[in-house]
Parts: sequence; structure tokens; C-alpha cells
Amino acid sequence: MTWQTPLLRVDPLLADPATRIIVCCGSGGVGKTTTAAALGVRAAEQGRRVVVLTIDPARRLAQSMGLTELDNTPRRVEGIDESAGGRLDAMMLDMKRTFDEVVLNNADPARAKAILENPFYQSLSAGFAGTQEYMAMEKLGQLRARDEWDLIVVDTPPSRSALDFLDAPKRLGSFLDGKFIKLLMAPAKAGGRAGMLFLNAGMSMMTGALNKVVGAHLLRDVQTFVAAMDTMFGGFRKRADATYRLLQAPGTAFLVVAAPERDALREASYFVERLAAETMPLAGLVLNRVHGSGAAQLTAERALSAAEQLEDLAAEEEDEGRAEDGTGAAGGTGDGAEDAAGDGAAAEDAATDGATVSGAAVDGQELSPESLAAGLLRLHAERMQVVERERRTRDRFASLHPEVPVAEVAALPGDVHDLAGLRTVGERLADGRPAVT
Amino acid sequence: MSAQQPAASGTAPSPTRFHIVTGKGGTGKTTVAAALALALAGKGRRTLLVEVEGRHGIAQLFESGELPYEERKIAVAPGGGEVFGMAIDPELALLDYLEMFYKLGRAGRALKKLGAIDFATTVAPGLRDVLLTGKACEAVRRRTSKGGTRVYDAVVMDAPPTGRITRFLNVNDEVAGLARFGPIHNQAQAVMRVLKSAETAVHLVTLLEEMPVQETVDGVAELRAAGLPVGSVLVNMVRPVLLDEETVRTAAAGHRTAVAKALSQAGLGGARRGGLAERLVDPLLEQAREHAERVALEKRERAELEALGLPTYELELLGDGVDVGGIYRLAHALRDQGVR
Repeated sequence: MTWQTPLLRVDPLLADPATRIIVCCGSGGVGKTTTAAALGVRAAEQGRRVVVLTIDPARRLAQSMGLTELDNTPRRVEGIDESAGGRLDAMMLDMKRTFDEVVLNNADPARAKAILENPFYQSLSAGFAGTQEYMAMEKLGQLRARDEWDLIVVDTPPSRSALDFLDAPKRLGSFLDGKFIKLLMAPAKAGGRAGMLFLNAGMSMMTGALNKVVGAHLLRDVQTFVAAMDTMFGGFRKRADATYRLLQAPGTAFLVVAAPERDALREASYFVERLAAETMPLAGLVLNRVHGSGAAQLTAERALSAAEQLEDLAAEEEDEGRAEDGTGAAGGTGDGAEDAAGDGAAAEDAATDGATVSGAAVDGQELSPESLAAGLLRLHAERMQVVERERRTRDRFASLHPEVPVAEVAALPGDVHDLAGLRTVGERLADGRPAVT
Repeated sequence: MSAQQPAASGTAPSPTRFHIVTGKGGTGKTTVAAALALALAGKGRRTLLVEVEGRHGIAQLFESGELPYEERKIAVAPGGGEVFGMAIDPELALLDYLEMFYKLGRAGRALKKLGAIDFATTVAPGLRDVLLTGKACEAVRRRTSKGGTRVYDAVVMDAPPTGRITRFLNVNDEVAGLARFGPIHNQAQAVMRVLKSAETAVHLVTLLEEMPVQETVDGVAELRAAGLPVGSVLVNMVRPVLLDEETVRTAAAGHRTAVAKALSQAGLGGARRGGLAERLVDPLLEQAREHAERVALEKRERAELEALGLPTYELELLGDGVDVGGIYRLAHALRDQGVR
């Protein structure tokens, strides 16, 4: 049975002035960035002032929006139809620069300098597992505060897990609240090295051990770093909390993006549950790259059996042709019968074995209409198997989350890398049901 | 792995013992790494499959419970070889490391309690990466006894994605700024020696689509610039070519009626205008056109991959998703293509 999920209507969502932030999340490789960009283009051309915040987009997609440099500032996208009064800006997140800005804006110049030069800061700002997520949130907060746009579309970082994105602010918070940080801070607060004297035996054994492992200079770097950052910690947490609340607010809509594959939908499922647990407003699921068929009434099984019939016919005709040429009718017919039997036994594999069809064409031989029709039918059978498989994975998701509205985006034969392509994706998104081809 | 010369390479195992598998998200990196570990586990051989990102992907793939931080047998190869699996956890790896080098049993646990381990492995990703790669390198080098044979004939790592792989492996540079001398520094150096040796190869998993191919090309350039040994390209989810462009053009050109007749002959309805068979022709031709477009695109992507000059292996798309049986099929395909 097919589960009928509610349809996710993208256009009303984009048109609603109350929608201020749209967050696209999901696992890697499902078309998150493309979805975010397509939503941005569509909303802008329908009259909204939009900024799309992307993180590490594919080069050609970035180029399609005129993003050739990573300069951490929103840039106007050329080629957008602005007749409805809207406009589109786009920016790529530069994690390190965003972090630097936070430091510069929150610490006095001397302290900021000390932090920026600390090797630990450099390592942390460039690659800490949650930094990208945290900085995306920070940037979102900044963009929202500027009030230049009435809609912000955010593409979330390609995390190892979709959940990292939600965990980042909290993880940073708990990290900064950690006992270890306090311990490191203790000597610094008590006046540098003298403070060490107050540590009890267990603690000094511990710092001793740590010194041995990482080297004393490293521990000193960490202590300097933590001391310098100390004044900023409060600010960090406050802003992380503020952004978190912003995400829970009614103006925010989360779109979980997935492809109709088992792993991607499993991640999507986790994400839906997680958003619910965090009371984050989920607008729905965008299911990219969905396949359909204009001849869906013809099942894979029927198409395959018809293809076999036609191939038998074609083989017979060929044999007759050979018989007329006087090339041994008896032997030829025998071969044909054997081939047919073989094909029948391998019916399962037959859909994925088209060597005969394409091979014949490559030889430059004119294909008989029977062979051609058989090839078309095998192709259709393969398509129907894909359609059926996608339906099963989607139904599984729908049965777990029947309340989640879904928009299906019909698969495109190639990648999207220009505004026209983004408009097409936008149209298919708004349509919500896979286009019948 | 050997180059793509199945016949010439015979059955001699390749000198590579540490296989690092990377790829863009969504290309099936974990699946391919698992298939590779299985393919390399020939008769009497033992391989280790490790994951480093805490996703429990291996456990899901082999339908076992979550892998603990220890090496555990997860599969037996058709030839009788064994595959072990392990999920490397950075925190436990650090404790392991402390224990191994400093006998810090109790102090180590105290460190953990205080969040120091958490701190060390999160504040400096370079440190975390040294621990992860270090643990895998240790397994690569491990011998049954001093001067004895290697415990594992090959170690396969399900590594971070292409975008992060060079940084992940280039631990020396990452840690250089943090630990200029001392034990972590030495550890990083030792890891780097293994990674840059002839025993190591980084393989890139891709699909025949634009973005994954572009990322593969960029990734290879980055790895080469960093002096890391690039192994091969593994093209995953390859779909069959059923009809080529030429055929589709012919079909669309003047054979519509003949095709409708053929469909009707096969019992799919009437061939006359508006008949069931006749109405199938357009949608079927449209699907064929899409197929041909995809085939043409794949041809371009293949050419781009060929330009890399690396051994290339192809793995078919597993229609019904990946399960244990599928991994064995892929492993078989790799062996057919000369992987030993």
C-alpha cells in the first residue's frame, strides 16, 4: 500500500512574510545546497529580499550564483528577475574569518591579538569538529540582526551526521563549562605559576601526566589560550543560546532534505525526531531526485516479458533471413531456441543486461523495430524497478512519520549549475509531486 | 591494489597494506571500504576494516551490533580469509595511548573524568587525527611477536570524506604548530612515515556524476601536493547502458509506428493511433532520451577520471540497496578486476 503523506507546499511557505529563516538540513550528497539555492532564487523572483548562506558549495553551483570568492560577505546575485521587487544575495561561509570577527568584536585589542596568535586558537578555528556548525549559527545570528533581508535561507554544513548541526551550540557550551577548563583556569586566575601550588596532589599528578604526554609548552599554550578566551566565554554561550532560541521561533522553518535512498532517509528520520525533541519547527521533507514514469501503468514484469517475446521474434526473423541466404537453417534455429531459453532463465538479470541491444547499434547495424522496442521495454523495466524501490523507501519513512509533509523533486538527468537549472528545481519543488515524463 | 591488469597481476597480493578509502558524501565510501576489506581477505589472509567517524556504519552494513573499541571478527571471505572490524574512538584511543606509553591506568581515568580527554581530542583536531590514524598505523605495523609475521595482511580505513582527507592525513603539519617536540610530535612523525610509505594508498570513491568527479579530481591534486600516495579510483553505483544515443535518435526519427506495432505484437495493446501500445511509445522514447543523456554525461565523466592516470575499478549499482550479500558481490567484482 502507498502511504499518502500531506503535500509540502513550498510557495505559500516562501510567500508568507512571517517566514524569516529557512534551514535546509540533511546528510551529505542529497542536494541540500542546490535546494537552498533554488529556494532562494524562487523566493527572490516572487518578490522577497533573500540571502542564501551556503557552506562549502560545489564550485560550479557557487559560480551559478556569482560566488567566485570566499569573502564572507553577502554578494548580489546577477541575473535574478527583480520585477516583483525582490532580490537575492548569496554568501559562502568562511569559518575562520567568522571566528576571527567574533574574537575581534568581543575582546579588547591586546587580548584579541593574543588569542588570534595562539596556536590552539588557530587549530580550533580552522578545524574543530563543531566550529563550522557553530560559526554557521553565529553568521545566521549576524545576518538576522542586520535586518537587510526578510528571508534567510541557510544550507547546513556537510557534517558527518546531520545532528552535529543542532548539537554544536550545546557542545561548545558544555565544552566551555567543562571541569577541565576550570582546572586550567585555576592557576591562571590565582596568579600564574604560583597558583599551581594550591593544586592538590591528585591534580598535580594529573597535570604532570598531561605535561609528559603533550609536552609542557603545549599545556602552557592551552592555558594562555583558555585564559585569553575566558572573558569571551560568556558572550559565546549567550549568543549560542540566542541563536538556538531563534531557531525555535515561529519565523523559522526547517526543511529536511533527502534522496529516496535508505541511508539518506534514515538520517532524515533521525533528524525529524530530533527536531521534534528540540521543539524546532519542521516544515517538511524535500525528497530530491525522485524518479517517475509516463508509462507507469506498464509494470516491470510485463515490460520484461514483452521484451523477451520481441527478442525471440527478432531472433526468429534473423534466422529466417539467414535461411534465405542459405547459411544453414537448422543450426541457426537451434541456436535461437537455446538463446531464448537462456534469456528466460536469466530473466532477473535481463533488465540489467542490454549488451545485445547497444552492441548491435554500435556495430552500425540497423536495429529491427522488434529489437528497438525490446530495448525500450528493458529500459522501462529498469526505470519501474527504480520507481518501485524508491516508493518502498519513501513509504517506510511515511509510515514512521505520517504527519510530515513531503515535496518530491523529480530527478534531473544532469547536475544543476546555472540559474535556469535552479529555477527548474524550484518549479519542481513547488510542484511537489514528481513530474511525469 | 594492483593496476587494472587482472591477467598479468595473477594472484600475488599487492605490496599495499594500508588502504585508506575516501570519497564525497553519498558515494558509498563505507560500502566500498567494506567490499575492499573482504576482497583483500584472500585464502589464509586476514584484514582489518576500521572506521574513525563514530557513525557505526560498519556495524549497520554487516548487520551486527555496534562495534566496540576492539578488533572483532565480522566476516569470513569466500576463500576462507577473515575480516575484522573496529570503530576507533578518539577518546579511547588517547587513553590507550596513555596506557601504552606511560602506564597511566588510574591517572588516565582521572583525566577522563575531568574532561581532559574530551578537551584534548576536541580542542585540537590535529591531536584527534593523530590518535585516529596512529591507532590504524599501529594495526598496520603490528606483528604476532617481535620479528614475527604481521597480524593483518591489510588494513582498510573508512576515512573522512574527500573534502577533509588531506588535512586528516597530513597530521604532521596539523600538529607541528601545537606540538613542536615531545611525544605527540614523535607520534605524528611515526604516523607520517607509515602514511607516506609504499605500504599506504589512498583510494577515492566516486560516482559518474559531475560533483563527485570534480571532488575526486580536486582531492587527487591535493593529496599529490601533500606527498600522500594516491592509490586508485573506485567508481561506484555504475548503471548499465541499455540504449545509446544513436539508437534513441533512430527510434525517435521514423520508427514510431513500427515500434508501436512491435509493442502491440508483444501483447501490449493496439498499435493504431490512441491504442494502448501506441500511447506507450512517447513515454518510452522520453525515458530512452533521458537514458541517452545520462550515458553521454557518464562518458564525459569517465574521460575526466581517465585523465587522472590512476588504476580504476568499477562497481555496479546494487538495485535493492546494500546488504551483506551486496558487499560480497562487490568484493567479488573487485577480485575479478584484479584486486588482491
